[in-house]
Amino acid sequence: MATAVSTDRLTKDFTTGFWRQHPHRGLDALTFEIPTGSVFGLLGPNGAGKSTLFALITRLYDSREGRVVINGYDVRRDSRQALAGLGVVFQQPTLDPDLSVAQNLHYHCDLHGLPGRIASQRIREELERQGMYERRWEKVRQLNGGHRRRVEIARALLHQPALLLLDEPTVGLDVPSRRAIVDYVHQLCAERRVAVLWASHLIDEIHAGDRLLILHRGCLLAQGGVAEILVETETADIGAAFQTLTGEAG
Amino acid sequence: MLHYLRALRGIVVRELSRFVQQKGRFISALVRPLIWLFVFAAGFRSTLGIAVMPPYETYILYEVYITPGLIGMIQLFNGMQSSLSMVYDREMGSMRTLLVSPLPRGYLLVCKLLAGTLVSVLQAYVFLGIAWFYEIETSWQGYATLFPALLLAGMMLGALGLLLSSFIRQLENFAGVMNFVIFPLFFMSTALYPLWRIKESSALLHTLAQYNPFSQAVELLRFALYGQWNGYAAAYVSAALLAFLGLALWGYNPSKGMMQRKGATA
Repeated sequence: MATAVSTDRLTKDFTTGFWRQHPHRGLDALTFEIPTGSVFGLLGPNGAGKSTLFALITRLYDSREGRVVINGYDVRRDSRQALAGLGVVFQQPTLDPDLSVAQNLHYHCDLHGLPGRIASQRIREELERQGMYERRWEKVRQLNGGHRRRVEIARALLHQPALLLLDEPTVGLDVPSRRAIVDYVHQLCAERRVAVLWASHLIDEIHAGDRLLILHRGCLLAQGGVAEILVETETADIGAAFQTLTGEAG
Repeated sequence: MLHYLRALRGIVVRELSRFVQQKGRFISALVRPLIWLFVFAAGFRSTLGIAVMPPYETYILYEVYITPGLIGMIQLFNGMQSSLSMVYDREMGSMRTLLVSPLPRGYLLVCKLLAGTLVSVLQAYVFLGIAWFYEIETSWQGYATLFPALLLAGMMLGALGLLLSSFIRQLENFAGVMNFVIFPLFFMSTALYPLWRIKESSALLHTLAQYNPFSQAVELLRFALYGQWNGYAAAYVSAALLAFLGLALWGYNPSKGMMQRKGATA
């Protein structure tokens, strides 16, 4: 099976403080591999390093040690090709509230170099799939949180990426909206063979067939299928496994 | 190549659409220089006489003298506003959409700079349109020569804003920098008084105003309004543009910049 994204001993150090610099390790030698068409849940408490990992995969900044490879392209060396195969939904909303849904999506298509006709066609397809096509001329400001998230997911798929990164995309949403997004992403993965890396701290968003990466204080504590991790930790559910590994409630 | 052009189009269209949507921003950008023109300049008309000096061929009213400075003010505020919105976008996350696009980061930032500059050019011409009714006018040639001068000055001031935004992590810090950047740049320049006037009161202030890149931007605009190209000012502004842009790109470099060191979330 082809690999959508892999990391090899990915390490990230930060410094804090103005006069006196204090070093702080954000990620410590992270190594994992995500095959195409699979959903990986990235679980970890606040401060575990989930956002740092996403920032390194999307090359918001670079690591000095280790590497990230997307679709066979090194993110540092071949960043254009690597980022072209990547769709991202960030934790914070990134749509422009003063512009319409269509304007936001066309902007994304322009940044990815899609010709106008193809862009319009893909926008129509993605919005129809999300039941949002009729609302394409509405300003984003007028949409509720769940609908905004749907538009962000539609946007992340417009350039047909091989890897979809979701950074806690259900934060602040009600239960039905959360469930709808979780189901939609799993459906995407099955139908289009998109690999998904889903960062969350909500255990109930994990499906039985998903694979997991459990991160704590910058270290990868466990990786594998849900069943494997339960056997490894001798626990009955993911919440208990998470607690056993991290010492924190899931 | 087409990808680059589409990205440029997307960024420019987005910036202009945002500007059209935000009517309050447009009005406030115009009200500020108009108050200076109609209130401040009118009050100082009788106390500040301006001697004949290039590019003027005769004695001029004070309103005429400060008009290029007020156009510079529009561009200065626009450059800072644009960088303020970048700090805001970075805090809110929408800047990430731009930075994770599959194009060189430097190119994306230059596109954003150009888009912001075009907005300030639009504002400057609207301001001149209003000033025309106040009998502050120039020739069609002057309005045409002004265009490249506005682009160059706007890019330089926008690059300064970009540089500031690359080093600032939070909006709260930005407010302080605005006071330390906008006011010194504007008041220690030839926007309000000619250099010889400043020299009469303080030699130090004269030196500072002489080397202030904003002064050179104002002089570039002043000569351009009269259909003349001030080569020295253009070269000075171009050099400042390259310096500010180079440092800003360093600041936004994922391997080297400030974000790298402090681990900003972009």
